Formats: sequence, C-alpha cells, structure tokens
Amino acid sequence: MALLEVKDLHTSFFTDAGEVKAVNGVSFFLEHGKVLGIVGESGSGKSVTAYSIMQILAGTGKIVSGSIKLNGEELVGCDEKVMKTVRGNKVSIIFQDPMTSLNPTYSIGTQLMEAILLHTNRNKEEAYDRAVEMLKLVNVNEPEKRMKQYPFELSGGMRQRVMIAMALACEPDILIADEPTTALDVTIQAQILELMKSLQEELGMAIIMITHDLGVVAQMCDEVIVMYAGSICEQGTADEIFYNPQHEYTKGLIRSLPSATTAGTKLQPITGTPIDLLNMPKGCAFAPRCDAAMKLCIEKAAPNIQVNEWHRSACWMCIKNGIENGSIVVEEETESKGGDNE
Amino acid sequence: MSENNNKALIEVKNLKKYFDISVGLFRSKPLKAVDDVSFTINKGETLGLVGESGCGKTTVGRTLLNLYKPTSGEIWYDGKLISTPADIREFRKKATMVFQDPYSSLNPRMTVSDIIGEPLDIHKMYENKQEREDRILELMSHVGLNSEHASRYAHEFSGGQRQRIGIARALAVNPDFIVCDEPVSALDVSIQAQVINMFGELQEQLGLTYLFVAHDLLVVRHISNRIAVMYLGRMVELAEAGEIYDHPLHPYSQSLLSAVPVPDPKVARANKRIVLSGDIPSPLNAPSGCPFRTRCPHATEQCAMEMPPFKEVSKGHFVACYKVDEIN
Repeated sequence: MALLEVKDLHTSFFTDAGEVKAVNGVSFFLEHGKVLGIVGESGSGKSVTAYSIMQILAGTGKIVSGSIKLNGEELVGCDEKVMKTVRGNKVSIIFQDPMTSLNPTYSIGTQLMEAILLHTNRNKEEAYDRAVEMLKLVNVNEPEKRMKQYPFELSGGMRQRVMIAMALACEPDILIADEPTTALDVTIQAQILELMKSLQEELGMAIIMITHDLGVVAQMCDEVIVMYAGSICEQGTADEIFYNPQHEYTKGLIRSLPSATTAGTKLQPITGTPIDLLNMPKGCAFAPRCDAAMKLCIEKAAPNIQVNEWHRSACWMCIKNGIENGSIVVEEETESKGGDNE
Repeated sequence: MSENNNKALIEVKNLKKYFDISVGLFRSKPLKAVDDVSFTINKGETLGLVGESGCGKTTVGRTLLNLYKPTSGEIWYDGKLISTPADIREFRKKATMVFQDPYSSLNPRMTVSDIIGEPLDIHKMYENKQEREDRILELMSHVGLNSEHASRYAHEFSGGQRQRIGIARALAVNPDFIVCDEPVSALDVSIQAQVINMFGELQEQLGLTYLFVAHDLLVVRHISNRIAVMYLGRMVELAEAGEIYDHPLHPYSQSLLSAVPVPDPKVARANKRIVLSGDIPSPLNAPSGCPFRTRCPHATEQCAMEMPPFKEVSKGHFVACYKVDEIN
C-alpha cells in the first residue's frame, strides 16, 4: 500500500472575482522513503496541493472533491481532531521563507518544544532534551545556546535548519518541503539540500519537494510531477522526465534553461505569458503558449496516459506520436482516448 | 562582442563604499559593503558579477552609477573621470539601471507611458509632446509591449511584462551602459528565457554594454563575456566566462560553482560538491586579512594577516589568493 495516495484532487479558492481552480484533478502516489518533486511556476498549484494534504488552506480555499489517503486512511472530510494528529506527527511541512515562518517573539527553544509537547507525551524536561538533540541532528552548533536565542539572531540558513528540526521532531512519515531553499544563497542551499538528503536516508521518511528549480529536482528527487495551471502535465521518474520528456511544456522548460553550451547563443523560451486561472481555456491549459498546439488541443484537454511503466503524460502530441509509432492503440474513433502502452 | 573589443568604457579604480551603522547610542561603525574593488568593462561587453547576498554586488552597481556616493575611489567613463555633479548628471544619460524587483521598482500610481517618459522629462530629451509620445511608443515596441499598454498601470501586468517596462525605462535616454541588478531572479522559469534573450537582442541592436549582477550562475554564464566573483565586499576572482567555469582558481569560486544545482539528474548524482561549512560572516565583523579564510579549507596564518593582492595569474584571469598555486 502506498504511504500517500492522492486521487483526483480538486481545490478551489472562492474569491470575489469568481472560483479559482488552483488544483484541478491531481492524482499521485508516494511510497515510503521516496523523494517526490513537484515542479511548476507560480500559480501552477504545487503549493496548494501540499496545503490541501495538510488541510491548511487559507480562508477562501476549499477541497472541492477528490480523496487523500494516508496509510489507507481518508483525510478529505475527516474530523479536525484527526487532522491534528496528522499534522506534525505524520506529515510535517517546512515553508519557503525561514525569515517569516518562525515566530519572532518566542525563543527557538520555546518554539521547538511547543511542537514536541503538543504531539508527544514527553514532559518539559524530556522535550527540552529532544529539542537539543534535534538541533544537533541538523548541524546547528552550540544547540544549548541557540535554544535561548530568538529568530532574528540567526542567519537564514540557520533558521531553515531550525524549521527542519521542528518539522522532524516528531518523526513524521512525510516531510513536505515547500521551496525550502529558494530564499537561501547557493552555498547555503547546497548545505541544506545535503542535510535533507542525509536525514532522509537516516530516518527513512518520504519527502515531497516543491520547487521551481529543475536543478534542485535533478539533485534530490526520485520521482517528479510537472504541474501547469493546476493540473499534472507529466509525472514519472526523474530520469524519464529529464531525458524522455513527453509533454510540450516539460520539453519547453528543459529547452529554455541556460547551460554551459548555450553561451553566446539564443535561448529557446516558452512564448506568451503565464495563464490567468480565472480565465482558463477550454482545452489544454498550455495550448495558448504551445508551439506544437493542434486544433484538438484548443478544444479538448488531453487525457493522462501511461507512456511506459515509469511515466505518465497528458499531451495530445505525445498521444499523436504514440499512435504514429504504434505504441498506442485507439479504441474508439470518436473518443480518441489513449489506451495503455502495449 | 564588437570589433572595438579592447576599449574600456567603464573603469573602476579602488572603489570603496562604507555605510555607517550605529552600534550603540552614540557610536557607529563602518560596514564595508564594497572594499577596494577595481575592474574595467569594455565597450559592447557584458561583465557578470556574482556572489551571495551581502557580498556587495548590488552596492557595486549602485555606487558605479552614483546612486550611492562612493566613500573613495574613481569611476571613469569613456576616458573621463566622473567627479562633479554636472559630470554625474551627464553620466546618467549614458548609464542607467534595471532593477531586481519588477513589482516595487515601478510606481503604482503612474501609467506605463509616464514611467517610461520620466527619464525623458528629467533630461529634457524632446521638443514637443508628439516627439515624447513617439519615443515612448518606439521604446515599448523595442521591448515587445503593445502600444495600447501605454495608458495602463503597472499592476495590470505580469512580472515578465513589468520587467519589460523597467527595461524600456532604462533604454529611454539612449544609454551606452546598463547596470542590470538581478533582472530575471523574480521571474518565472518560463519567462526568464524570454527576458534574457531580449537583453541579448538589445545589446546587438543598440551596442549596449552591461554590468549583469545576478546570483543565478547558469544565467550569468549564458549572458556574460567575463565574470567577476565577489565575497564580503572584495573581488576575489575575475576571468573570461568559460575560463572561470572550467578552471576556477579561488577556493570560494570553486565551492560556489560546484554548489550550483545542475538540471541533469545523472550529472547531479556524479557531481562532487564542495560544501562549505558555516555561514558568511557579518560584513560588520569581517575577518582580518582574506575575508574568506574563516570558511576556507586551505587557510593558513598568512591569510589572516593581510588581504591577498588581486593579481593576474594568466592572461585576463585575476585571483586574490595566497594559496592559488598550492590548491590548483
């Protein structure tokens, strides 16, 4: 059984301007001890997917339909009491900005101990010991001294370590990292990523890594989900996504990256501007920006099909190529629904 | 890039910028944001400036344009020393800036045409209203904005389009030189490439010279002819873009470049990163001697004594490190 199973998740924000479908039919599995990367640009719904799992959506946000199963237990529509035992205990989250996600008016020690006291049966002394132990684990030097300090006294990298220590204090099964290194410098980013990787191997938890940086994904993740405008374009193993991309958006993203060999040449950008979630097109959300878009793409969104054992994609071009090389058999003439790979 | 390759357009000599920071009720202490930095930028060239936050790279760009008054040092533009206020005014017609954050660098109460037209107003660069209008529309088409956008406000645009407005504003006075301060770091991945390409195209069309400040090393490598690396207010290495990536000599450049996450899983798995321990010291309490010595795996007593000289080790490759021969 998969550790986490998300099925056809729809999350919307009900704003004055109308319903914003931030997550629009997302499904995936997460196995024990795996690192899953979710990539996409701002507004693609990657963070909202994570917040839906934790059920920490902002006021107007609501899970409309779908199912989220943790160890087989349904979380959508469950009691808030149940969610309290999930958050922090079984699923923890670290946020992008370590500057604002710690409370400036409490010491590091108080904030760390709060998490431990809430979620475990330890008494104050035991919680203190556990907090110091956690700070040691994330390579914070002089942990006893840090316990008494306030967030403003620490550097960005140090604060992110404290956040990680807090998230891991109750030994969760899943750690959700929402752009954990975006606010950090490159050399500090390397330290934090290295730390997360070694902790993951040591403690055996699963990680959902949300990022827009394909470099971070390549370095950290076993499996990757590419999101655009609230839907999954493509999902598969990291090698499949980077070396055998099937969706035009993924291809465009990888093509547009500057690298050692592009110096002095033109980059190949994705044209157009990011989508307005209030004005979603009828067909494939990426079609207005896609160079390869066909008539069909504008009229109808492509179904998510199995490309091979390790790879799924939702792109008509991929299906067209599949039909041409015979790997996809069309079942009905009118319903051009892709069958499974033979 | 162009044929007048070796003609220096910008020459910076021993530039220093110290900020006074109060550390008590009546005491203040200098924060050495930029400390004794010298470099030249040739006509038509792009010089990339990289380093981590707080290393002084933005301050270099701003001091260069006299947005901050330099504590000491000289800035030469096209063979002339910039010193008097009149020089500075004249210089600002030739040198402009594109800012990092396209959200906060555009006045929300001004229309696009007023934002782009403001430099024209300041420098009185038109005879009549029609001329101003025409120039604004020309600039907008340069950066790929439609003429109907002219009467709109900045909040109606996406990040990429806002950055285009910022670039059009920088181009308004017909400059030779633009300081680009992290111009793509606030943009989405799919938009970054569009804006980077535009910088390249404008350079070709208008013969521009850039100082390109950024922390994304892959972007800098793509766009720059030469690259300078800064650490805690000092320049530690300067070389041709390819040279610095293939043969970085300073231990800081080496670790910085190895820390860049490469978007290729097989390379990333094989990549041996030099992970530095510790954090960047506060520039208020910069270490004596070489600023990098507290994190440097090769540091000795000599490094604590005095800042190593910034010397040329091979043609066009400058490094400030005592141990450069030993390490490499």
